[in-house]
Amino acid sequence: MSDADGLGRRGFGRRAVAAGSGIRRARLSRLLIGTTRTLISLAITFLGLLLITFIIGRVVPIDPVLAIVGERASQAQIEEVREQLGLNEPLMTQFAYYIWDVLHGDFGKSLMTAKPVIDDIGRFFPATLELATLATLVGVFLGVPGGVIAAVNQGRWPDQVIRVVGLFGYSMPVFWLGLMGLLIFYGELGWVGGPGRLDATYELMYEYDVPTVTGAVLIDSALAGAWDIFRNALSHVILPSLVLGYFSMAYISRMTRSFMLEQLGQEYITTARVKGAPEWRVVWVHALGNVLIPLITVIALSYASLLEGSVLTETVFAWPGLGLYITNALFSADMNAVLGGTVVVGLVFISLNLLSDLLYRVVDPRAR
Amino acid sequence: MSVEQEELRVGSRAWLTSDQPVSRSHARCVQFYLAWRRLAQNWLAMVGLGIVLALILMAIFAPLLAPYSPFEQSLETRLLPPFSPGHWLGTDEFGRDLWSRILYGARITLMIVALVAVTAPVFGLIIGTAAGYFGGLVDTVLMRLTDIFLAFPRLILALALVAALGPGIENAILAIALTAWPPYARVARAETITVRNSDYISAIKLQGARPPRIIFGHVMPMCMSSVIIRVTLDMAGIILTAAGLGFLGLGAQPPMPEWGLMISSGRKFLFDQWWVATVPGLAIFIVSLGFNLLGDGLRDVLDPRSAPK
Repeated sequence: MSDADGLGRRGFGRRAVAAGSGIRRARLSRLLIGTTRTLISLAITFLGLLLITFIIGRVVPIDPVLAIVGERASQAQIEEVREQLGLNEPLMTQFAYYIWDVLHGDFGKSLMTAKPVIDDIGRFFPATLELATLATLVGVFLGVPGGVIAAVNQGRWPDQVIRVVGLFGYSMPVFWLGLMGLLIFYGELGWVGGPGRLDATYELMYEYDVPTVTGAVLIDSALAGAWDIFRNALSHVILPSLVLGYFSMAYISRMTRSFMLEQLGQEYITTARVKGAPEWRVVWVHALGNVLIPLITVIALSYASLLEGSVLTETVFAWPGLGLYITNALFSADMNAVLGGTVVVGLVFISLNLLSDLLYRVVDPRAR
Repeated sequence: MSVEQEELRVGSRAWLTSDQPVSRSHARCVQFYLAWRRLAQNWLAMVGLGIVLALILMAIFAPLLAPYSPFEQSLETRLLPPFSPGHWLGTDEFGRDLWSRILYGARITLMIVALVAVTAPVFGLIIGTAAGYFGGLVDTVLMRLTDIFLAFPRLILALALVAALGPGIENAILAIALTAWPPYARVARAETITVRNSDYISAIKLQGARPPRIIFGHVMPMCMSSVIIRVTLDMAGIILTAAGLGFLGLGAQPPMPEWGLMISSGRKFLFDQWWVATVPGLAIFIVSLGFNLLGDGLRDVLDPRSAPK
């Protein structure tokens, strides 16, 4: 609270401070209380997430000890590993150990790659982020104008067309759309690159010539000035990001439409029209300006759901991201990797929710 | 409505549109009929209803409609293209007739949808109404639990669950049901809070009704229409998740004619025999579109908030 006082006194006369700092202090403390409450609920949610993955990890029919020592180990060896893994402790203690490990970024070793799971995730996650970010951009740049146009033409043909296009997005299996895209644009027309992040030849060049900065091929190759790699990467990323972006477009356009309809019915819109503001200004500046605030939440949610959609998309496009890592781990019965990946995705999911919540509070004066 | 018009209406329609119901069931019939009439005006919803009915009929009469057994292999007729004599949708890599497999696959899809639709909403309803009705600590604990499940991406949680339980259609259904209930709990809680303090609840309380009776008999019915809308809109999502699990090889196992699994096996021949993967995908698409159209229409009819002004 002393911080609030300090802020209030700077640059003001004493009398002004007396009135101003009271309000400011109240506002700041409300913001602090709100943020603290959000952070506590975040911590509880994260604990619950860990509890679920812990329980899942315990009910697995795979014996973690056997997976390490192999079938022909002696009883003494098995006991020793059991002791090492802490499996002889009571469940509550094991859970505490688990939380401790996760907080230190220790998800155990992956059986598949024989490396710590956290390192694997660090390697695979940038590819997923790259894909999800591009897809969200596609979704926003198509979905927001689509929703606005639909709302302005409510009930007429543009609205119907956008609604049907959106409904198609809600109804199509993402992996099937990906396969159809590959079939038509890669197999038949040859307009785009095939599965994977790069062609095999460029893959080697990327590995040896381009220093890894962010782990995202597009950014790294651009930074290194390797434009042929960049072009190749672009031809590979365009189809999966369009496929994923289509789904986020369906969601964003539907939400934009309903927010816009709400705003267009408000009195300030009538006022703006009466004052002679041109219609495009009323729609794209007055109304859309107010829609952008709730849209932040929608976009954050769709970004989070893209992380989920990427599991199937990455399988189809052989995209070396977290989704592919988790599914491959599933088939190798590599539970450390599966659960580690699940925790990370859940954490990103929760953080995005938190971030949208905080942004909302900062941007919308009514929510302060 | 004028008196003359009132007299003109006769027979069952007059009974169905009466504004003076004589019994509780009569009132319910009138309400249902009027909702149906509004739904019937929405042609897109009718298309959706048609698709859903067609799916149900296909599932029931699959043995009569299917020209072949879905498991019957024949090496001479491998990978026939669509519109081949005897196989109008073509055949897969084992020479199995795709049309017959789609028909039997409708049974699996319908079974998944039905099982999830009778478990997840009921569970969500119980949690949500209990949280909303009792409030306080019960509310906090139950809603925190709901939030934890909502914080998980659904497919990832289903994946982890299936990984733990082992692949298979039963476990896939269980995993989907376990991940599908939180939204229903949210909806039910919101509805419960709006009716909790109404006079009719106080009246029942004064008559000495216990909480279970109030919740099951007097609060839950008020949540039904919101939950039904959600269920219909969720159906498509359930179908897509089940198909996704099947596609990854974690749901139905071969040789089951599950649509997602069929796409996954057709993937190997995508560039040469495109129809093996395309046909089951179209089936999934059409069926989810049907549920989405119907759900959209139902929402317009049943949800007063989204009704056109």
